[in-house]
Amino acid sequence: MPDIAPSNPIERIVNARRDMPGALLPILHEIQDSHGFIPADAVPVIASALNLSRAEVHGVITFYHHFREQPAGCHVVQVCRAEACQAVGAEALAAHAREALGCDFHATTADGRFTLEPVYCLGQCACGPAVMVGEQLHARVDAKRFDALIAALPAAGQDQAEEAQA
Amino acid sequence: MSTTIFVPRDSTALALGADDVARAIEQEAARRGADVRIVRNGSRGMFWLEPLVEVQTAQGRVAYGPVAAGDVPALFDAGFLAGGAHALAHGLTAEIPFLKTQERLTFARVGITDPLSLDDYIAYEGYAGLTRALSMTPAQIVQEVTDSGLRGRGGAAFPTGIKWKTVLGAASATKYIVCNADEGDSGTFSDRMVMEDDPFMLIEGMTIAGLAVGAERGYIYTRSEYPHAIAVTEAAIAIATQAGWLGDDIRGSGRRFHLEVRKGAGAYVCGEETALLESLEGRRGVVRAKPPLPALEGLFGQPTVINNVISLATVPVILARGATFYRDFGMGRSRGTLPFQLAGNIRQGGLVEKAFGITLRQLLVDYGGGTRSGRAIRAVQVGGPLGAYLPESRFDTPMDYEAYAAFGAVVGHGGIVVFDETVDMARMARYAMEFCAIESCGKCTPCRIGSTRGVEVIDRIIAGEQPARQVALVRDLCDTMLNGSLCAMGGMTPYPVLSALNEFPEDFGLAPKPARAA
Repeated sequence: MPDIAPSNPIERIVNARRDMPGALLPILHEIQDSHGFIPADAVPVIASALNLSRAEVHGVITFYHHFREQPAGCHVVQVCRAEACQAVGAEALAAHAREALGCDFHATTADGRFTLEPVYCLGQCACGPAVMVGEQLHARVDAKRFDALIAALPAAGQDQAEEAQA
Repeated sequence: MSTTIFVPRDSTALALGADDVARAIEQEAARRGADVRIVRNGSRGMFWLEPLVEVQTAQGRVAYGPVAAGDVPALFDAGFLAGGAHALAHGLTAEIPFLKTQERLTFARVGITDPLSLDDYIAYEGYAGLTRALSMTPAQIVQEVTDSGLRGRGGAAFPTGIKWKTVLGAASATKYIVCNADEGDSGTFSDRMVMEDDPFMLIEGMTIAGLAVGAERGYIYTRSEYPHAIAVTEAAIAIATQAGWLGDDIRGSGRRFHLEVRKGAGAYVCGEETALLESLEGRRGVVRAKPPLPALEGLFGQPTVINNVISLATVPVILARGATFYRDFGMGRSRGTLPFQLAGNIRQGGLVEKAFGITLRQLLVDYGGGTRSGRAIRAVQVGGPLGAYLPESRFDTPMDYEAYAAFGAVVGHGGIVVFDETVDMARMARYAMEFCAIESCGKCTPCRIGSTRGVEVIDRIIAGEQPARQVALVRDLCDTMLNGSLCAMGGMTPYPVLSALNEFPEDFGLAPKPARAA
């Protein structure tokens, strides 16, 4: 392998991990963590490095709910819809979340601020309903608390400013 | 002298504002010139009291909770640094009945220690098991685990020692230890607690497993939904490696064991062991046909021990205290303890580790204190999304693998989800099928197609279209799924569906609705 680091960030990620056993999921996680999604042009790069077909890589990306092929909104809002949260009002919260954000599950708001996703268990089952915004967890969330935590998120302009800083 | 204050870092405590509370205590102490040391401990598992702040006093640790950041000045005013009285005070933590009457063997340290302090870990019997294992032969370690009666805590309850013996006996230069930390069942959080609140225990258990079967590499496969657990476990692996408890020469013994965390990507079926191995190898999490057993041809085709977090985390105490100590807890063929998880609509939700043989009623009433809503309990799902819904008539059956199996239920991973009388069991049956349709790996037809047809038929029942006829169809479909599916995903989805039908027929329009007390 040439010791000149490739300028393409995806190639850098792939090259750093291609020799680890079972490298595909770690590579996909790293790409999604840094890019926010798995860009289509990453697929042939990964396939060639791991000696897989593009169909195999595509198959893995689409099998797992976590991986996305399109960018998400600024904030990914995950609402738990599993049994333990259902037992304490998760379905009412899910309906409220749809209405409050103005978009359905698996969708992104028109202004690109929020993506709403269902999640099947965040491990907060004694204190449901549970919600995760980014990697920030919230337990015992009712409609009022949901509105408060959404209102406390940085506004669209600030989101961009923060991104520019990062 | 400085006062030690404990503010948990468990993710449930964080989800309820523990970081804000810790910050408020720090600021208030600085403002008042009080000398405090804040330790971020694990959770005691009394989640209805989180954030549970503890203060070290001469008499022991005194508990306050649930504490909000806004409560902090008043707690200082009440003299909480000396264990003073306050409306949020619960006296000595160890004397709180929920905790005092538990039999915490696996969870002995959880909530007491700082999860990332190796000194704390060792001060509370940590690494005593591995130290003993280093002086034993592999066959002796396997025998000790076999004699303890430990069975797989992931749900299948297969004897752990037998599995290890198969891997030990497999001739191969490369073997693996894989920890199934893909805790996707709703109502379960004990794996998460181990990883967040006592990760060295899991590391120690996996290292002992490595010594026992001759494996030098282990993987912890966990969920992308558990970022806190991943961060703490990875930090603990780095600390253990630095201190020589992991690596090429474990504490100068010449033995080698390396450990790595791998992250899933939101696929429930990867909790099935062969799907997990596929995922670890970098493929879609599609279930493999068995045989070959993973013990003989597992990860990358090599002999592999694949155990649940709690199974592996229980190994250190078995090695430290001996097989007999552990085996003396429990009943029948269910030996030792199970960390039960009280979840859903429950007033005092949290972790209760008790010996097998306790009844559901004791757990729900004595520990759980009834529902959070204050209404009567109507149905309880035991053992995760693939477990049966139990009505009150089953609450006095002892928690025992065989006693539960006898009526088509499962103890599983010990998750207990409580529903009050507002629950609609036809909706829950529909959800079980819907969840199976969302999460099926797609390999076998009964699961892939059966679950979708199941949703459609139950929808017709809910709509009142010839319910008796549709119910016959659902039963027939369940029979096919039970007997024809490749793994537990399709094979056990009928459990919640059939139990809902059998125990709560009135919700399917098959019986008149009984009058219920409001």
